[in-house]
Amino acid sequence: MKSAREIVQDVKGGATTASAELEHSLEAIRARNEELNVFVHIDEDDARAIARNVDERVAKGEDPGALAGVPIALKDNLCRIGVPTTAGSRILEGWKPPYSATVVDLLLAAGAVPVGTTNMDEFAMGSSTETSYYGPTRNPLDPSRVPGGSSGGSAAAVAASMTPVSLGSDTGGSIRQPAALCGVVGVKPTYGLVSRYGLIAFASSLDQIGPFASNVTDAALVLEAIAGHDPRDSTSLPEVSPSLVAGIEAGVAGKRVGLVRELIEGADPEVLAAVERAADVLRDAGATVVELSIPECRLGLSAYYLIAPAEASSNLARYDGVRYGLRVDAQDVSAMNEATRTLGFGAEVKRRIMLGTYALSAGYYDAYYGQALKVRTQMIDAFRSAYREADLLLGATAPSVAFRFGEKTSNPLAMYLSDVFTIPTNLAGDPAISVPFGTGEAGLPVGVQLLGPGRSEGQLLAAARVLERARES
Amino acid sequence: MTLPNGWEMVVGLEVHTELRTTTKMFCGCANAFGAAPNTHVCPVCLGLPGSLPVLNVRAVDLAMAIGLALHSRIGFSTFHRKNYFYPDMPKDFQISQYDLPINSGGYLDLPDGSQVTIERAHLEEDTGKTTHLGASGRIHGADRSLVDYNRSGVPLVEIVSGPDIRSSTQARLYASELRGILIATGASDGRMEEGSMRIDANVSVRKSGAPFGTRCEIKNLNSLRSLVRAIDFEALRQSELLDEGGVVRQETRHWDDAVGATSTMRVKEEAEDYRYFREPDLVDLDPDVAWQERIRAALGPMPAERRRALLDRLSEPTPSQLDALEVVIDLGLDDYVVAALNGGVDDALAIARAANEIAADVEHRDNLTSDAFVSTLRMESSGNLSATQAKTVLAELLANGGDPSSIAKAKGFEQLSSDSLGATVATLIDEHPDEWTRYREGDEKLAQFFIGQVMKVTKGQANGKAVIAELQSRR
Amino acid sequence: MATPLRREDVAKVAKLARLALSDSELDMFTEQLGQILEHANDIAALKLDDVVATAHPYGLINVVRDDVLIPCLPVEDVLAMAPDAEDGRFAVPRILGEAP
Ligand SMILES: [Mg+2]
Ligand SMILES: [Zn+2]
Repeated sequence: MKSAREIVQDVKGGATTASAELEHSLEAIRARNEELNVFVHIDEDDARAIARNVDERVAKGEDPGALAGVPIALKDNLCRIGVPTTAGSRILEGWKPPYSATVVDLLLAAGAVPVGTTNMDEFAMGSSTETSYYGPTRNPLDPSRVPGGSSGGSAAAVAASMTPVSLGSDTGGSIRQPAALCGVVGVKPTYGLVSRYGLIAFASSLDQIGPFASNVTDAALVLEAIAGHDPRDSTSLPEVSPSLVAGIEAGVAGKRVGLVRELIEGADPEVLAAVERAADVLRDAGATVVELSIPECRLGLSAYYLIAPAEASSNLARYDGVRYGLRVDAQDVSAMNEATRTLGFGAEVKRRIMLGTYALSAGYYDAYYGQALKVRTQMIDAFRSAYREADLLLGATAPSVAFRFGEKTSNPLAMYLSDVFTIPTNLAGDPAISVPFGTGEAGLPVGVQLLGPGRSEGQLLAAARVLERARES
Repeated sequence: MTLPNGWEMVVGLEVHTELRTTTKMFCGCANAFGAAPNTHVCPVCLGLPGSLPVLNVRAVDLAMAIGLALHSRIGFSTFHRKNYFYPDMPKDFQISQYDLPINSGGYLDLPDGSQVTIERAHLEEDTGKTTHLGASGRIHGADRSLVDYNRSGVPLVEIVSGPDIRSSTQARLYASELRGILIATGASDGRMEEGSMRIDANVSVRKSGAPFGTRCEIKNLNSLRSLVRAIDFEALRQSELLDEGGVVRQETRHWDDAVGATSTMRVKEEAEDYRYFREPDLVDLDPDVAWQERIRAALGPMPAERRRALLDRLSEPTPSQLDALEVVIDLGLDDYVVAALNGGVDDALAIARAANEIAADVEHRDNLTSDAFVSTLRMESSGNLSATQAKTVLAELLANGGDPSSIAKAKGFEQLSSDSLGATVATLIDEHPDEWTRYREGDEKLAQFFIGQVMKVTKGQANGKAVIAELQSRR
Repeated sequence: MATPLRREDVAKVAKLARLALSDSELDMFTEQLGQILEHANDIAALKLDDVVATAHPYGLINVVRDDVLIPCLPVEDVLAMAPDAEDGRFAVPRILGEAP
């Protein structure tokens, strides 16, 4: 399939049309969606209308935008007016938002063509897309294995060449880990770089929207289009949108790369080997690689599994059967709330709601949530000092390649451990990118992770591009 | 009311006031009372998935104005989520302030010379409105309820007093003085009947000097009258309970205005666990000195100061004039009164016309310039208009504005020429010889009799002073 | 150091969160949440008295909007979402207690 960048050039140049590119995409979806369960909602005519509109603008000689005619898949937690948006949950089955997320407006303004919404772990709580009420998504590279999660559908859409790019959300690794397991590029931007307005919340202080793409340049192209200040999100950074594509070939000459011990320890040998080869490639490209340690990362998992559930327990309280979504009738309103939530939420969501409720409840707040917030402070400080020794950091994205269905569902903690390398940057609020590099068990892709200080996306993408070039040669 | 057997009541008040902003606290929906249900709602104030709050700067300004008027410390503050399920709350949590309120500390001086400390005055959002269907129309016995979210997200400031109040009279004084301050700062319209000011009372009793007793919180006090009645009822209930050897349970009680009694709503053991934590969708608030000074500079004089200013200009006010004065302060009609006094109008008349005629149509006050007010009162005192006519002119000025004398002309309030008045008086004297004789012999009361007669004949068009002049000229 | 999670803690928390659990679910969640909290004890045990808590990754302050009207949602769109509605309002079954 064509890259997003090629599509934009060809659509603007008249070599192809948005409508034609959309049909390619819809074809690819029809071919494998039944098997893989990537998309939970598709409205072909709606997509065709949007594509036609782009083509008309081209015909009129207007500039249709930076993503002219690019088919894009949206995670099922991004609101788009009139389009069913469920966050992978039964409790929102059939809910049609009366408004659109800021990123959706930006994509449409840039001429992108949303083709449908992709499957995800329920309320983004999971690392395998197995907790979706709408069934699991299969890994296009090995359908007996998970695509990772929670943005498994969006990663699979790109991996299966159904769309050149897609959007996901990353709270503890939900973009980077599935990107690694599906062999695509995934970016978790700086917290506040991309507006969260219209993103169905999991954990507000950690959630960030970001792109998936088959290559680094396309990821930059999409991120550039959705980044920027939004007055509707109080946590949106005040600065204007960064220019990312322009500097994509800047390389890493003279950069200091820190290989972080805690971001590889416990990883499979093949994963370890891939990260070391990545270090060599960056060194050959003129970077100096230093080994360093950020012990606080070892506390990340615990802090994350108190902070995220605590915020989630409050964010998900609104699903009470009163205003929208599922209602299970009962004698009185409290019984109705309980019946609705008991039927509407899956086990993982219940688990995290209860964990978070407990962490916040009287008598336990200080021991759990309060402590976690302090660990978060230490995490931020630790990364700050690490960035005094290195311009960017290198580690693994996930401890292993894609695992098999049911392998970790019985043991939540084991599942949580698949995010151990990605969680620290969410706590710190800093950006990170997962880029496919090498293969592991059964020839499945391995992702290496590049991390940087706040707003260093340009530098991260340039470094990722260096690894990508090495892979191509 | 004084309690039996040396019991003393200890009262602290929590006053919730809706802020007079154009839009709600965290979204751009109109903050307006009385619109059709669910017509002032959006993704944010409906708590739709994906929506995010953004703080209304006007709500912060008004909260600071209240804090400054109450001598509070304004400082770094944060927003928290208060988590509990209730159908009138779209997110099933309330965004409020917890350990770091925007205003902390302060005090309020009452007209009786007492002072009540202020513990805090913090920002929070209002809930929607529930209507209970079924037999009673009240929550108990209702089989179904309906929710309107127009009020959801309306900005509130909750003002918490210290436990310094010792009588229902003082509680009333505190509430009405605070109400005056809220109106003076422009923070609230003070309309308790519309729920824009709501009061909860914490009541306990003790033998004077003894440590505080167990307190009960009374909810749903939406008039000064029910505030007084509820506090008196509750304090008496507790003192009698204790006299009978019972114990007061710490609980939340509901005031039923119809029954005139409080009843248990929730006992402390059942108290919710609100799981307060920092609202991650909002950032911290830290108003710098410049911002605070901008608010301070915009603050007008507070009721106490204005009361003093007016009192200084009254010769010796009667109780009813003092009541009228409170109306003037309350509605902020000082400027009219002061202008009239400066214009040489008698103070009793100035206050009466402001507290009655202007107050009667105060929402149209903008139509009435102080000049028009003053010249109307001048025409009245100089006898060119009767009281009835002056009131009619003021009503017309409030309704449509304009110029007093032309309004008087248009209404045919031409002053009866003195000779036509003289003629009328002469005729009446002939018709009532006995009364005239007694008047001539010095029975001044009969002047009123003749004035009454003249008014009857002239349908109130004559002026009392002028009639007396005529009578005296014939004495 | 926090105390180990008991079955009644989970029951209490489920009630707070408006979730109904069967006995077997109660057992399962007690065990699973127990494991997670046990893992979390590595931070519960830390001495961090002199560390300040961080709720936001980046410390923005005073983010406010002007007091300006924005169009509301059409009431028919609002009520179209409602599981149950009656004369312009959201309808719910009987409410047992007053708001706290
Ligand atoms: Mg409150
Ligand atoms: Zn609104």
